[in-house]
Amino acid sequence: MRHPVVIVGGGPIGLSLALDLGLKGTPALVLDDHDGAGLGSKAICFAKRTLDIANRLGASQAMVDKGIVWNVGKVFHDDHKIFDFNLQPEAGHRNPAFINLQQPYFEKYLVDAINTAKANGAPIEIRGRNCVTALENHGSYSTLTVETPDGPYQLEADYLIACDGARSPLRDMMGLSFDGRVFEDNFLIADVHMKADFPTERWFWFEPPFKNSGQSALLHKQPDDIWRIDFQLGWDIDREKELDPDRIRARVDAMLSSQAGHVPEYELEWTSIYTFQCRRMQKFRHGNVIFAGDSAHQVSPFGARGANSGVQDADNLAWKLDLVLKGLADDSLLDTYATEREHGADENILNSSRATDFMTPKSEVSKIFRNAVLELANKHEFARPLVNSGRLSVPCNYVGFALFGEDTVGGPETTRPGMTCPDAPLGDAFLLDQLGGGFTVLAIGTDAQDISAHGIDAKAITIAAPCHTIKVRYLGDAEQAVYLIRPDQHIVARWANFDETAVKAALGTAIGKA
Amino acid sequence: MNMLILTPNLPDPDGFYNELIQAHEGLTKEQSDAFNARLILTLANHIGDRTVLTTALEAAK
Ligand SMILES: Cc1cc2nc3c(=O)[nH]c(=O)nc-3n(C[C@H](O)[C@H](O)[C@H](O)COP(=O)(O)OP(=O)(O)OC[C@H]3O[C@@H](n4cnc5c(N)ncnc54)[C@H](O)[C@@H]3O)c2cc1C
Repeated sequence: MRHPVVIVGGGPIGLSLALDLGLKGTPALVLDDHDGAGLGSKAICFAKRTLDIANRLGASQAMVDKGIVWNVGKVFHDDHKIFDFNLQPEAGHRNPAFINLQQPYFEKYLVDAINTAKANGAPIEIRGRNCVTALENHGSYSTLTVETPDGPYQLEADYLIACDGARSPLRDMMGLSFDGRVFEDNFLIADVHMKADFPTERWFWFEPPFKNSGQSALLHKQPDDIWRIDFQLGWDIDREKELDPDRIRARVDAMLSSQAGHVPEYELEWTSIYTFQCRRMQKFRHGNVIFAGDSAHQVSPFGARGANSGVQDADNLAWKLDLVLKGLADDSLLDTYATEREHGADENILNSSRATDFMTPKSEVSKIFRNAVLELANKHEFARPLVNSGRLSVPCNYVGFALFGEDTVGGPETTRPGMTCPDAPLGDAFLLDQLGGGFTVLAIGTDAQDISAHGIDAKAITIAAPCHTIKVRYLGDAEQAVYLIRPDQHIVARWANFDETAVKAALGTAIGKA
Repeated sequence: MNMLILTPNLPDPDGFYNELIQAHEGLTKEQSDAFNARLILTLANHIGDRTVLTTALEAAK
């Protein structure tokens, strides 16, 4: 049996890709070796860009309703607080800057949205307890061997998308390497259940004062009265011993009592020790086998860049794959998935590596400077931007990349070609709701018409009397502007006036036909 | 663009040099290293020009 798209892996990336394809009418088959949402304690922190993508896919409301919105972070050094930060998001966005939500919930809400989409006819199929054990790549298609509780079977895929996580069996089956840095450090992660009245803030300690807590520690709230606690234990540890619940409790007791004055009642929900790495595949595309999410790139979690960047991979790939399969774009459009997302991965690896180097200084002098920054930050505001306990994920942009066109407006920097569309209030809803999942011509303070080029329709949206926020975000000093926006809500080009020829040409550029 | 000044620019060079050495008086090696680091960071922020800082990092090698 031949399928146009087979996705291996039903984690956040495989699920969002399948949902996106299915909503566009392109059949997607997901094979996952588990049944149901993933287990274990992984991502907790989901960024606005991810929620905006989930909103386009019809999955964000449940996430935001369940998730914990937070803005305030406190950074401590030893026993004193050095400063607070407030991510106080700009007003006029549907979604908050960040929510904390356990990854299994995130996956469950994607599955719920998939079920809703299926009920409306979206051609998506998820096969649990289907473990891919062999791959034969024939160039234009692949043959997979799949083990199931009822025995093995084979199937063929025109496009095979490997969303099978950091240990990617498919990557190994193809003999491809995954290079980068392993940080010589171990992090003990404990999710504890407790009813504490600590505020909903991210608390991060450098050189924590509580006993045996390692080089850094983190406390952060999740839904269901669960708190994420991290301890940075160093490299030479006895994993077995450190996972002993009594030993973990001693550490957690010390941390919590230092804040609450006594040890509050709590239960350990989940504990694990992780070693973090920053690495990526050299190329995300190998013919008709394409890698997305952790299989293609892996970062240390400080900065919440793993799932948040993987969801942007899916967002980037879905519309391109859809157009190629519908015969509306050349197969080479998929090369731009690789170039754009390899760039995204490099950005995340750079940020995560820098954060990790700050948190775990690699030399004596690096530690001297690190502590100098912390001491100065306590006294002087200027040093605070140098304190790096993880630079939180922000949307990736593709400014200067091949699929983007001209800017004849000279409007705000944040809406240059290559950027993602910022949200803004529109009537009693929001701008991003209006963009949908196709190409859009957005006319602000002027008029535009629907266009059709290369067999693709781009619907026009006119905002005749833009509100102040839209003016600030999309016009700047200009009176009016016309934008062409991709299905993943990246801005292709912008002009002062609607010129059908120019917009059609830009659409050609955006699908690699220029 | 601002250039890194590599010609004499300090009024009272002897006085400044003395003050710098004085600031380290009584500090252990460890304290001195920490002090130097804080001083570099404080000055770097004041300069605030990335090109100047990059050239300075080169010039001091
Ligand atoms: C402690 C920790 C904290 C983190 N915190 C954050 C955070 O706050 N924010 C954030 O954005 N990211 C965070 N991450 C990273 C995030 O968890 C990952 O980036 C994310 O899970 C990647 O999703 P994925 O879909 O690519 O892969 P995975 O979630 O690993 O899913 C891969 C799927 O493929 C399946 N699979 C594997 N092999 C096969 C096979 N042969 N056949 C069939 N199925 C197969 C697996 O069962 C699994 O379901 C954190 C990670 C850790 C470890």
